[in-house]
Amino acid sequence: MSERPVSERIHDFLEVDTGLSPGQAVVEAARCLQCKKPSCVRGCPVEIDIPAFIARIAGGDFSGAARIIKENNLLPAVCGRVCPQEVQCEGECILGVKETPVRIGDLERFVADYEREQGLVTPPVAEPTGKRVAVVGSGPAGLTAAAELARFGHEVTVFESLHEPGGVLMYGIPAFRLPKDVVRAEIDQLREMGVEIRTNHLAGASVPVTELLAYDAVFLGTGAGLPFFMNIPGEQLNGVYSANEFLTRVNLMHADRFPEYDTPIRHAARVVVCGGGNVAMDAARVARRLGARVTLVYRRREEDLPARRAEVIRAKEEGVEFSLCANPVRILGTNFVTGVECMRMEMCELDESGRPEPAPVKGSNFVVEADMCIQAIGQGPNPLLIRKLDGISYGRKGNIIVDEEGKSSLERVFAAGDVATGAATVILAMGGAKKAARAIDRMLRGK
Amino acid sequence: MYRVNEAGQLADKIYQIWVEAPHVARHALAGQFLVIRTDEHGERIPLTVSALDGDLVRIIFMAVGKTTHQLAALKAGDFIRDVAGPLGKPSEIGKYGTCVVVGGGAGIASCPIIARAARKAGNRVIGIIGARNADFLILEDEMREACHELFIATDDGSRGFHGFAADVLKNLIADKKIDCVWIIGPAIMMKVTSGVTRPQKIRTFVSLNPVMVDGTGMCGSCRVQVGGETKFACVDGPEFDAHLVDFDLLMQRQRTYFDEEKVALERYHEHTCKCGERGHHE
Repeated sequence: MSERPVSERIHDFLEVDTGLSPGQAVVEAARCLQCKKPSCVRGCPVEIDIPAFIARIAGGDFSGAARIIKENNLLPAVCGRVCPQEVQCEGECILGVKETPVRIGDLERFVADYEREQGLVTPPVAEPTGKRVAVVGSGPAGLTAAAELARFGHEVTVFESLHEPGGVLMYGIPAFRLPKDVVRAEIDQLREMGVEIRTNHLAGASVPVTELLAYDAVFLGTGAGLPFFMNIPGEQLNGVYSANEFLTRVNLMHADRFPEYDTPIRHAARVVVCGGGNVAMDAARVARRLGARVTLVYRRREEDLPARRAEVIRAKEEGVEFSLCANPVRILGTNFVTGVECMRMEMCELDESGRPEPAPVKGSNFVVEADMCIQAIGQGPNPLLIRKLDGISYGRKGNIIVDEEGKSSLERVFAAGDVATGAATVILAMGGAKKAARAIDRMLRGK
Repeated sequence: MYRVNEAGQLADKIYQIWVEAPHVARHALAGQFLVIRTDEHGERIPLTVSALDGDLVRIIFMAVGKTTHQLAALKAGDFIRDVAGPLGKPSEIGKYGTCVVVGGGAGIASCPIIARAARKAGNRVIGIIGARNADFLILEDEMREACHELFIATDDGSRGFHGFAADVLKNLIADKKIDCVWIIGPAIMMKVTSGVTRPQKIRTFVSLNPVMVDGTGMCGSCRVQVGGETKFACVDGPEFDAHLVDFDLLMQRQRTYFDEEKVALERYHEHTCKCGERGHHE
């Protein structure tokens, strides 16, 4: 894996990580011990036969490796880039005990990129079953469910409310981590498999609930699209953004290229990002690329940051300043943001997450000058459709309650991904969606 | 791609488009809106559903920014890249008694569909449409047909009552019992006009038009303060209890991209001139 130098990448939205060369991939693949009982597979939410695809790479059969991955995962170029491999496959790799684990993620990405350059091979699709399935949302969960269901021979229609499919892969994750042509290519493959994607269709509105429920099965992968705000004074000022809005304006609408593209974003010289997850890192790094000096404010310690370690390191390399053990209490300004008032936090006893509970230190208030404040403190399920589904059970946080197979309390309605689990990772959404797709298939076949 | 079925100018700077969008047209109700994007480089902008006819939806807009100028240049047979909807909650149409539907400027666009729905629900419906002057008035015939009674007001007296729609409403309230009022227009007009119904606590709805991106509750750009609570106009509205809305904040947030909007429009005018296309010069 090679990273583009900071001085270069900070000025553009091209991918930071340039990936492995074929030679590097073969060498890396040869490190794999080909364990009899591979623990890496256990760590993979979509159960890719990891040793098998790595063996193909080691033997120089990159297309064969791609075929193996795609038996279980139709979005390998996405997953190779955004999965937290360090806590999944690579976290389980036996080599990791004494040295560094096999770079499974990089290998997956290499294979996927290789195949895309050669021309993607559309996976085989079973004989049509005559059953129709509606998939709501075209993010990681929806795309995965759609792919699996199409593979089983069902007629799949995906409803996406935005003008472009991909969900968080398009609007949320910046291009320097996940180039958009990579996402589009993997989505085009689904279309090749016969999946129909209807953009600009808001399920529950453009497609009434009665119409939706007339399908033989419904899969809900509507994600966690509802942004949370901190509920502190000053949040209504111009220049305060949810991370969702900030990232959507840039990633989906290309506000970074205004006025070539029509969507604007406020020009900011100093930006404060509140939060410590992957979304906060993405927002901070995007803001850096827009030319701002960026301070990320997080209420706990560095080791508590929920973001992937690699993203934290890259954010730091790119000049994002971290103000840790601090919490915003007020956004300052008249009409437009001029600063963010924060308080120092002291770490108290561990809470149920195993992290120390932060408590504000009296009189420790300080102001970070800023003309933009981005809140990246999390998001919940969008309640729009859920509210319209009479009889569906959902939890306190608005997440749809499902069983292990993604079955909801409504007959023939399944859900997976963030709408069921609350905000989590791309790959967990895909794992859940795959299980749900299998359960839907069994139901439709009357097994 | 969504085909423009009919397009034309209604008044000075105000245009209408009938666009073929079955997924919106078949399910939209009074008070809802849609989001359009003109082309691959376009911005997503919200526009009220103004009328429905089979698979067609009508939008009415004032050419003020780049996107609306672009829309104004469309002709029948042209295409709009994206049309998403119907979005937002429909108007709360109840059997209230006597209702007044007040429209100001391009906001009149939303009025006939609400007036018709209110009338169908068994209300007596009075319409008031107001504009700066007679050249800016739209949908007079349609409102006359939709309402039991129609009043017209112009700021300069060039047509109908000489003064604001708010003045007409005030006189009406002094004259008879009014049970419910809809006010749709520029934020400042909605603020002033809803002040008229406040003393008697007449049920009053306004349709808010903050800056939006997705229009489905995903970004929070359109957040407004209603009764001291933060609401998203796109999913909790766009209609709200007028007497609880913080209009000053709405107007402040509407100005967020004031400078950028000017840049985009200037660039558009320059571009259309160079290309020899029909530009829209003031």
